[in-house]
Amino acid sequence: MKKQAGNFSPGHQVLGRWNKHPYIIMEKLGSGACGTVYKCRSTRGETYALKMGTDSSRMMLEVNMLKKFSKVQGEKLGPSFVDVDDYRMSGGHQLPFYVMEYIEGKPLPQFLAGKSKEWVGICAAQIMGDIAKLHEAGYVFGDLKTDNLLVSDSRVRLIDVGGVTAAGRAIKEYTEFYDRGYWGMGSRKAEPSYDLFAITMIMLETAGAGRFERGSSPRKTLEQKLAAAPVLKPYRTIIQNGWKGKYKDASEMEKDMAGVLLYKTPSSTRVHFRADQKKKTTDSGELTAITLLSVLLMGGSLITFFL
Amino acid sequence: MKTGRLKQILLLTDGCSNHGEDPAAVAALARSQGITVNVIGVLDDRQNSRPQGLDEVEAIAEAGGGISQIVYQKSLSQTVQMVTKQAMTQTIQGIVNKELQEILGKNQSLEELPPEQRGEVVEVVDELGESSALEVLVLVDVSASMHHKLPTVKDALFDLSLSLNARSGSNDFSVYTFPDPKHTILQMVDWTPELGAVNRLFSKLNSGGYTPTGPALREALYAFAAKSAPSHLEDGEDPYEETGW
Repeated sequence: MKKQAGNFSPGHQVLGRWNKHPYIIMEKLGSGACGTVYKCRSTRGETYALKMGTDSSRMMLEVNMLKKFSKVQGEKLGPSFVDVDDYRMSGGHQLPFYVMEYIEGKPLPQFLAGKSKEWVGICAAQIMGDIAKLHEAGYVFGDLKTDNLLVSDSRVRLIDVGGVTAAGRAIKEYTEFYDRGYWGMGSRKAEPSYDLFAITMIMLETAGAGRFERGSSPRKTLEQKLAAAPVLKPYRTIIQNGWKGKYKDASEMEKDMAGVLLYKTPSSTRVHFRADQKKKTTDSGELTAITLLSVLLMGGSLITFFL
Repeated sequence: MKTGRLKQILLLTDGCSNHGEDPAAVAALARSQGITVNVIGVLDDRQNSRPQGLDEVEAIAEAGGGISQIVYQKSLSQTVQMVTKQAMTQTIQGIVNKELQEILGKNQSLEELPPEQRGEVVEVVDELGESSALEVLVLVDVSASMHHKLPTVKDALFDLSLSLNARSGSNDFSVYTFPDPKHTILQMVDWTPELGAVNRLFSKLNSGGYTPTGPALREALYAFAAKSAPSHLEDGEDPYEETGW
């Protein structure tokens, strides 16, 4: 059962068994539980990311998700899909691999280092915006963590869609720190609120708490860490609402975030505002559009990404 | 396509068996009865070298058609749910491969399909993993060296139940410990869909200085057989229940 995923040095050529496309390995980008990702170059000189794994089924499921989310509502959520194939090694056994868009960027914690404190909130709102599209399409991201995010041109991008799960099914993979089940804060069913919990953990982590242990009473630990993070003070109610499962999906949470980022309004009053006046939906719709745009403008004037 | 009920024995141990028959042979027997045997070797967090006795862990899982993993206590929860799910997928894949061979001829397996078609087959396997009924008999080694690891084991079992119950398929768990001086294994938890409510797990322990892994696996096999036996044995008030069959 246990096969070696291989370790290829720069210059090594990987030739696909089926599609016959060759890729030249440039450097190793990282490796995880189910494979190793390399930066590579095609014969036409394009740069891609190539993931080589051992478990063919798991790799195929990832490819299926990549293909699906390269084109959700015309907007890219993960890297775009390029190729899928098998690499037959000299010994005879073959390794499955797939090729996708190469995203150049910085890990989120590294990007935030030295930035002013509102960037923690801006990045969280960006993540919520992307995840909202996924939720709208009936999917849940699942394994949402800082390792699966890269900041490219001041915009957070999701780089690993391997954990994306259809809503209502069991979460495919998770990382304990970001998993609400581990913290005793809910089930491992793929629900939008599962992702929202993970986002609050990303906020705690990037606001200076790092990744911490749950201790003997997990819920208390969370509250203490939240109280001890001054950077998160404006978003405290939003985070607590996320823990209580008060948001239906990421777009609701994003609205509250945008409200705080723009007007510094405590979110609790805003939740009331919306609950009380249903007929004002057009107003709040406009407000969302404006706030979204402003978040993006603050995020480095990359409107091109939005269009 | 249907997979029926998937049956697994999950053995948690920290050392080498030293009493009775060869556990790998019993695991092979279980496999022939359609029961997969997974084994997890639990290391102490401060242990820094891999103890030799744990080679057996791999041998048992291999013979039992299952998955083995040697882990530190710290990562036990995540490993237990992962091994169980992976073993499920592996079993389902085995069944799917067999069907493929019937349709496409010998030597045909998932890996030999072109990526496009493989992509469709793995969706079927994934769907079956989500919806299949699963029965897991957890067999915990409670010999002296395991005692201080049992709180972690308890957490891991609760976590396993949390992961599997997020699926749409049904689950059935039972927990046995060994060694037991009278019956080799001792039933801690009777078949239940959730391991959440088990508070008194491992409260009364009775361990000698021996580790009869082989005989314990055989008893676990019988316990499984008794579960699927005719319904008169499954009546709630079974007088034989306390004897651990």
